[in-house]
Amino acid sequence: MPDEDKKRAAQRALVDSVLNGEGRASAELRARAFSNANVPPPLQALIAKVATRPAQVTDADFAAAKASGFSEDQLFELVISAAVGQSARLYEAGLAALAQATASEEAR
Amino acid sequence: MRLDILNRGYRPGTKLLFAVIRVFSGQPVPDAAKLVFYRPGFYGARAKEFTHEAMRGPSAWSVADRELMAAFVSKVNDSAFCVGAHTATAGQAYQDGAKVQAVLADLESAPVEEGLRATLRMLGQLTRAGKVGADDMRDVLAAGVSPGQVEDALAVCAAFNTTDRLADAFGFELLSPEGFEAGAKYLLKRGYR
Repeated sequence: MPDEDKKRAAQRALVDSVLNGEGRASAELRARAFSNANVPPPLQALIAKVATRPAQVTDADFAAAKASGFSEDQLFELVISAAVGQSARLYEAGLAALAQATASEEAR
Repeated sequence: MRLDILNRGYRPGTKLLFAVIRVFSGQPVPDAAKLVFYRPGFYGARAKEFTHEAMRGPSAWSVADRELMAAFVSKVNDSAFCVGAHTATAGQAYQDGAKVQAVLADLESAPVEEGLRATLRMLGQLTRAGKVGADDMRDVLAAGVSPGQVEDALAVCAAFNTTDRLADAFGFELLSPEGFEAGAKYLLKRGYR
């Protein structure tokens, strides 16, 4: 396997584990956290911050999620899903831009 | 850390391992190391594999360059723990802490090769804005960076955008300068696996 493919395969395995592996939060909820879309209101602040401005996460964001009944293990999974999801989008965007740039180089 | 399970929820064997590390290193076990031991089947095992592959797998970039990319991406994300950890690791890897500090202070005037500078600029743009265009990539390629090197840099960027988010969301405790240096020594000797 070429080196880049090995890196890509390792990242895909991580994404697969987070989305489809055994977990305490449902796969559907993990997928929503991963995409930072259609997240239930008590989790919205936490998940949106993890995805887009992680340095601003506070104790209160976790407290709000816990108060609505999410367990620590579920929050562990959902925060990881959001982080891995945002990173996966960045990775895809970068690779897509590279593919576009190298395709146009070759076309010249 | 913000979740009690990440402070106390480890198996007895893992707790013993943490105690041994504390005794031998003379430093507390960094939260980054603890996190990957919590239910490793969910996240830790595959995260370590991917991060190790990105940071230590075969690449035309040196380990030092990749550690610098990790520090730089972490700086853009404002992730204090990861900035501390990878500034120390890149500094040791280059045996030039001043060079790393210069890049983090001002990429444009820092004493690095143009290819690396262009790559860091692109990683910064991608991390900050969440997107990057073909023109940005053409600039990197025009600076002499190969497509394979761009892919490798994107893997580093992906790994650290994950770690930075978890460090800040879970609230990794900052280490002392000695703690970061000890962690850096470990990462250069053993990697991320």
